[in-house]
Amino acid sequence: METLEQIKTRAETAVPGARLDLIPNDSPSGQRSLLVDAAHAVAVATFLRDDPQLHLDFCSNATGVDWPEAELTEKVKVKKVVDGVEKEVEEVRKTKRPAYLEAVYHLYSMVLKQGPVILRMRTGNRTDDVRVPSLTPVWRGCEFQEREIFDLYGVVFDGHPDLRRILMWDEFKDFPMRRDYVEPDDYEYEPTPHDEVHERAKAHYATEVKL
Amino acid sequence: MSREILADVTAEHVLPGSGMVAPRNFEVRPKTGTDGAALDSDLLEVSMGPHHPSTHGVFRMDVVLDGEIVVKLKPVFGYLHRNHEKIAEGTSYLASMPYTDRLDYFCSLTNNWAYALAVEKLAGLTVPDRAEYIRVITAELTRLQNHTCLVGFLLMDMGALGTPLMYAFREREKILDLFESLTGARMMCNYMRFGGCRVDLPPGWIEGAQQIADEYPRFLDEFENLLTGNEILLARTQGVGKLSAELAVNASITGPMLRASGVDYDLRKVDKYGFYGRFDFRIPLGDHGDVYDRYMIRILEMRESLKILQQALKSIPAGPIIDPKAKLRGFRPKVGEAYGRIEGPKGELGFYLISDGSPNPYRYRVRPPSLINLTVLEDMCLGHSVSDVVIILGSVDIVLGEVDR
Repeated sequence: METLEQIKTRAETAVPGARLDLIPNDSPSGQRSLLVDAAHAVAVATFLRDDPQLHLDFCSNATGVDWPEAELTEKVKVKKVVDGVEKEVEEVRKTKRPAYLEAVYHLYSMVLKQGPVILRMRTGNRTDDVRVPSLTPVWRGCEFQEREIFDLYGVVFDGHPDLRRILMWDEFKDFPMRRDYVEPDDYEYEPTPHDEVHERAKAHYATEVKL
Repeated sequence: MSREILADVTAEHVLPGSGMVAPRNFEVRPKTGTDGAALDSDLLEVSMGPHHPSTHGVFRMDVVLDGEIVVKLKPVFGYLHRNHEKIAEGTSYLASMPYTDRLDYFCSLTNNWAYALAVEKLAGLTVPDRAEYIRVITAELTRLQNHTCLVGFLLMDMGALGTPLMYAFREREKILDLFESLTGARMMCNYMRFGGCRVDLPPGWIEGAQQIADEYPRFLDEFENLLTGNEILLARTQGVGKLSAELAVNASITGPMLRASGVDYDLRKVDKYGFYGRFDFRIPLGDHGDVYDRYMIRILEMRESLKILQQALKSIPAGPIIDPKAKLRGFRPKVGEAYGRIEGPKGELGFYLISDGSPNPYRYRVRPPSLINLTVLEDMCLGHSVSDVVIILGSVDIVLGEVDR
């Protein structure tokens, strides 16, 4: 299969205006990924699916990742002149990572038996700018998985045919897979017309005896 | 309400932007009486499940019926949801291993393998030869018992109450006995470790597995003798729940269901993970993609699994069963991510892991084949009767522990 760099340049020429970034992966798996901007994601995905050399007709896995704002520390070796001698000194460099949600797609080709090509999309932030285009029109296998990302992470997929909660119930408010999710004290609590009556009834029960 | 639903289901069933048309093998016609005058007939909305034996667990389908014909079907999930992924992100890598058993509780050993494979990719661990052989043998035994039971359940769904299922369970029990003597548990095996397996094979285990591999073809012949040519089975399954190869690929269908539609894609051949590249076996493919093909594919896959078993049991080498570099405690993979997948009995089971260098995974994702194979459930069921919905669902082969996670 082509290298990710070749795929990137070909996709950028095939889809005018698209900007793809290579995301490195230092783990032994070496599975690097392509970050695609939301505006051109559907066009790039269609290119990847229909291109005869890639033919990525099978979207195996689609999932979300939550990245809250964080301060990243990175150790960098810098050459510095210390006491007139040039030395390599380790410096800690701090960078701020903005908060965003991510949708990750693992693409394979069933015809050419190659892959994976990993595609990522990022939202603007984690609060109000959480829309990315849906890739369900390109690969229908994303349908339930994108619903799951919406359900558990709160990413809104534009163009999804049926974007509803899938695992949690429809009335559920929060997004449980987010890193800062706090579990409610009582999952079962539902307001009833009798809440007020129960509250008044408490006066009639014996008060708790504290020893 | 019927008029709105009628308008909805008769609209063109095109997937937006894809240019793909979902198969429409039904038509809602206004009912007319003998004198030709229109009858005032209504559509009926039925909730099938969650507590129905034919849904194989707590699974519900919202079905809209025209008489007995399905015109709309929406699966409803989540009754068994416990956010497995969140729990796994709050605990160490190894502590999730027993939890993977509970995903697809029929096939805990393949679940273990898929997770171990993903972590091995993430941490760059190698697996000793003997451990790879044990993995292949246990995975093929798992596939055998899963497919046997599936056929039993499928026949149960068709109304063959008990007998085929009891035959299947009799054979499954022999395999589960083997699992118990190896791992200590019949179903929740928790056997594989990153870089190998937990314990070595007990004495006499190979002989026991060999005996199963030798005797199984006789059972399969007996089973097939009763079922494959059976007139009722043929009438109920042939031409029911057809799935085209094009739609199956686009909808990420995997496993026996995909191959029943005639797509040659088996990860044991494509990825050659484990030692599958060393064994001689073939991939059975279907022609029609109907329920009968999905039944037949499972029977044929069992026969191929037996071939793999015969070869693996004869050539298993001696040696260590776990990579000495693999650490059980204080296991912290380098920062990065990995996606590992295997051919589970139900389809492609994948694990996607992101490590941030801490003892817990930053992201832990299970790619559930059962859930994704249900994407096309509506397309397969439209135009069929309620009794066909039951066997179409049965032929998909779902386990709710994996669908809802």
